[in-house]
Amino acid sequence: MRTPHPESPPPLRTRRHRVLPGFGLTLGTTLLFLSLIVLLPLSAAFIRTAGLTWDEFWAQVTSPRVLASYRLTFGAALAAAAANAFFGVIVAWVLVRYEFPGRKIVDALVDLPFALPTAVAGIALTALYAPTGWIGRALDPLGVKVAYTPLGIWVALTFIGLPFIVRTVQPVLEELEPELEEAAATLGATRLQTLARVVLPALLPATCTGFTLALARGIGEYGSVVFISGNMPLRTEITPLLIVTKLEQYDYAGATALAVVMLVVSFTLLFGVQVLQRWFFSPERHGR
Amino acid sequence: MSATASTLVHVAAPHRRRTLADPPWLKRILLTIALGFVGLFLVIPLAAVFVEALRGGLRLYGAALTEPDALSAVWLTLLAAGIAVPCNVIFGLAAAWTIAKFDFRGKSVLTTLIDLPFAVSPVIAGLVYVLMFGAQGWMGEWLADRDLRIIFATPGIVLATIFVTFPLVARELIPLMQAQGRDEELAALTLGAGGWKTFWRVTLPNAKWGLFYGVVLCNARAMGEFGAVSVVSGHIRGETNTIPLHVEILYNEYQTQAAFAVASLLTLLALLTMLLKSIIEWRHRRALLAAAHAETRTFAS
Amino acid sequence: MSRPSLLLFIAVGIALLLAPAGAHAKRIELLNVSYDPTREVYVAFNQAFAAHWRAKTGDTVSIRQSHGGSSKQARAVIDGLRADVVSLALAYDIDAIQRNGRLLPADWQTRLPHNSAPYYSTLALLVRKGNPKGIRDWSDLVRAGVSVITPNPKTSGAARWNYLAAYGYALRANGGEAEKARAFVTALYRNVPVLDSGARGASTTFVERRIGDVLVNWENELLLTRQLRPDDFEIVVPSVSILAEPTVAWVDRVVKRRGTEVVARAYLEFLYSPEGQEIFARHFYRPRLPDVLSRYAKQFPEITLFTIDEVFGGWQQAHQDHFADGATFDQIYLR
Repeated sequence: MRTPHPESPPPLRTRRHRVLPGFGLTLGTTLLFLSLIVLLPLSAAFIRTAGLTWDEFWAQVTSPRVLASYRLTFGAALAAAAANAFFGVIVAWVLVRYEFPGRKIVDALVDLPFALPTAVAGIALTALYAPTGWIGRALDPLGVKVAYTPLGIWVALTFIGLPFIVRTVQPVLEELEPELEEAAATLGATRLQTLARVVLPALLPATCTGFTLALARGIGEYGSVVFISGNMPLRTEITPLLIVTKLEQYDYAGATALAVVMLVVSFTLLFGVQVLQRWFFSPERHGR
Repeated sequence: MSATASTLVHVAAPHRRRTLADPPWLKRILLTIALGFVGLFLVIPLAAVFVEALRGGLRLYGAALTEPDALSAVWLTLLAAGIAVPCNVIFGLAAAWTIAKFDFRGKSVLTTLIDLPFAVSPVIAGLVYVLMFGAQGWMGEWLADRDLRIIFATPGIVLATIFVTFPLVARELIPLMQAQGRDEELAALTLGAGGWKTFWRVTLPNAKWGLFYGVVLCNARAMGEFGAVSVVSGHIRGETNTIPLHVEILYNEYQTQAAFAVASLLTLLALLTMLLKSIIEWRHRRALLAAAHAETRTFAS
Repeated sequence: MSRPSLLLFIAVGIALLLAPAGAHAKRIELLNVSYDPTREVYVAFNQAFAAHWRAKTGDTVSIRQSHGGSSKQARAVIDGLRADVVSLALAYDIDAIQRNGRLLPADWQTRLPHNSAPYYSTLALLVRKGNPKGIRDWSDLVRAGVSVITPNPKTSGAARWNYLAAYGYALRANGGEAEKARAFVTALYRNVPVLDSGARGASTTFVERRIGDVLVNWENELLLTRQLRPDDFEIVVPSVSILAEPTVAWVDRVVKRRGTEVVARAYLEFLYSPEGQEIFARHFYRPRLPDVLSRYAKQFPEITLFTIDEVFGGWQQAHQDHFADGATFDQIYLR
């Protein structure tokens, strides 16, 4: 967590970059959109919780049921994002670099989790993974239960998160300059060494971005999870469901209290990854 | 121009270079993993959707899609996506330019804030607009006095859609533009091109695939969004139901087949976009073949 | 159809943003905000009412429908969804509109006959063909090895009725001892493998996913399931159950503003007419008119019903004791 000295930007760099025009215009546009669409509405949630005293707020967000739901929500989202980071990079690599029958179709399919309404995804996955479904039937004799267990939540979140990794890695892979790989090969590196030392590091920033997005998306996901999770208190109840539960009881303050906790945790998570990424993958380290 | 040509040559032919070929065993392993994963997580659910959709035969499938409520849902979905996507393209380009091309204080905070809508549960995304524009909300009285409707009407649905798709275009562009660096723009400026010209001629062509993926994702997500829209829609049949909401309603009415039929529409849309992408790719490649012959080297170092 | 340009999209968007709700000069439009399973019955009923109203006044009335979870719908009305009439699963939800939104008077439930519930229903049990687990009454649901499907009372109106019916049964069976009734519902929910978020979701889990030995749900929902799949399921009528009264009301603030008070009232009163009652009976809701009920007696078996007022002291009390955060239902899972 401590600041490494070499990373502090040399003054020369800043001066050089401001040579490009449009900083004020683009920053202004960005901040305007951000404030109107995101920050102003979200502040409404924070202000709603102001109706609670600190003790009430604390009691709301640390009850055993809520704590169990945090563990489940963040754990499942983390596991799903990790699985996606591994498989997603391979899928992206295969799509960009290999020629095989049906490549275009697979490429198109990657967006499916996005285009499918989350409720439909939840229904379809539950139908597949329930003990009577195509996949569930095969797993049942092995003693593996997917639907209505935390494993089912992982399946749903993996499904939801896949496009994030593939679609962030894919463009970077397409733009990757082959000269680097050629140079590595010319210098005597085996293909595996080239992949591990040249290609993977170049993909790391995009993979990180994709991982973070998949993770963040997984934490907030509601529509698909409620169908497959079974919603058992303390076991398979996710935090967004608890928020809905509170809303159904007209408990806006309680609902927004949980929402604020999720917001703060997610923000910290995203921010942490962002800072790490800036340290490790800043342009200097790329040797540009 | 030459930057465009070289980019496309890379896209077109990297795997044909011998030095870049992976050993066959590695290729086989990676293909198996990738296809297995895609099969398990994407193909089978997709097949399930279509099997369910066509269970009652083609005629029922057609009937489910041409029913007035379904048509109105399709129209509303197109409208919401048609407004949300351009808004996010403008925002995404502006944000990516700021973040990728400049260094400034608070850059990490800004990047994180742009990602934030993803981390916000869709339920909350809808709720915050209700807290603002609802009858009990900040602007509730003011809007009611003027007989203006935002939530439980089209504007609310559009706002919620923009919110949930907010980071998509920006997030696609930022890593790409960061990887490309600033050298080409600086070169263009040195050669006397203006800011806008540099943007149109250098930055945009370089970033076009990232932008394209961003638009595709943004569009798909805009059309498929369920949670947030569900909170602000009011579920009035034939008026404020989008395709995903219509699907849920059909499912809740035991019309499983019709529900999956309408859902398959969104899936087909995604496949169609990808087809479109292939066509554009192919036409560009042909048009630039001559240029690629003449000049294959990039001017960037 | 030609594809409109983006500019047109945006123009339409802005126009919609700025357009006022619109004045209805000749055609009258009503919005009925209702709960999930009533869509089919209201489609039929709305047609009948439109014909009735045209014959009576010459005006054309078209009724738009909105359906969703009962509490969620109530929340939408509180937050500004302009419902002329609401028809929800529990009086508690219309009370919430009164308390949180002040859109109608506190005595709304006395304005129409039968507590503003033009039809009623109850909770019953659905088992698989042949009743393999031999389920006869509520007491069989707590046996070891019996798996029960019921939705989550925190998110579903039907589920609250389910819970209260079981609890009320246990109170009666144990001479009114609350401790034993609590133990009974605890044992019951220990047998529940999946808590779906809504009544239809629970039906799907039981019917399509084939999970569980018995489904507790609305009687009308079970009758519909049996009609769709007559060879797979049997209905078991328990010894006692709760009188479930879905209630209706016109929303004063909205109808005054829109000038639809007369027609909204007439719409709800028509629910009590022989024609309206007949439509609801056909869709498996128990009608109030005795002669309509007697015509459908075969489909509605005799059953002893207790009311929420006599056993639980009304919805407010029931909610506070059982469904609020930390109340009896939450205790089941914390023990």
